Amino acid sequence: MMVQAKLESLKGIKLHEWAVRFFFGGTVCVLAGLVARRFGPEIGGLFLAFPAIFPAGASMVEAHEKKHKARVGLDGTNRGRTVAGLDAAGAALGSFGLAGFAITCRVCLPHLGTGAVFVSATVVWAVLSVSAWLLRKSRIFRNMRGRRTTLNAFRNP
Amino acid sequence: MTSGGILSSTEGELIARFVIGGAIVSVFATIAEVCRPKSFAGLFGAAPSVALTTLAIAIAQHGKDYAATEARSMVFGAAGFLVYAALASWILMRYKTRALATTSALLPLWLGASIALWFIASR
Repeated sequence: MMVQAKLESLKGIKLHEWAVRFFFGGTVCVLAGLVARRFGPEIGGLFLAFPAIFPAGASMVEAHEKKHKARVGLDGTNRGRTVAGLDAAGAALGSFGLAGFAITCRVCLPHLGTGAVFVSATVVWAVLSVSAWLLRKSRIFRNMRGRRTTLNAFRNP
Repeated sequence: MTSGGILSSTEGELIARFVIGGAIVSVFATIAEVCRPKSFAGLFGAAPSVALTTLAIAIAQHGKDYAATEARSMVFGAAGFLVYAALASWILMRYKTRALATTSALLPLWLGASIALWFIASR
């Protein structure tokens, strides 16, 4: 399946859902700072990869899919939870990119300017994340999947 | 911004963290919302939104060495994220549990896995 951008899906998002994302994102950043201040940068650094808005995001994905199915008279409970699971699977693949981002910052920060490091690290995150996703969808992995429900769901997300 | 700037006060720093962090997280969440398929959109669930904000403020306040130390630990946080998200995905698709309850209940797993990996690597 090709990657698409559906701008119309933004219309279905309510104001409070934007607010929840902003609130959780801001709160986690504050939490990361407080932890670093209390326990030092080594423990504080762990929270740079905190699943910031993951629970709220997964819940919204589930709710949107359920609502989408309800419009055509179907119970979308199971479908909503499966789609939330797919979202989580994508996040798991994205964690490789997150590690790449961290390693790039670790290696480059002492040598390069802050802007250059952030741009490079973000590019590394994007390349690694998309590569992991493409690899996961490739024929090699498809043949290894067998009948397992979790992995088969990647075929027809 | 330098250590003598707006970020030098505790309140100013916390407000900056909240506003900048909330904004960057919202940007990545918006991109995720428009992307299809959902497995691809999920990549943005692991976007470095918190890291960008926190590292930028850490550099402004404490310098690059401090931020590099945070970035090193972040690698173990990312490994914990992999464990957390993979298990959440498996449970959601296998047992069809509620997304919010499942992903919230598993958060201690992220913390435990991250600290354990960091501890092993730091010995």
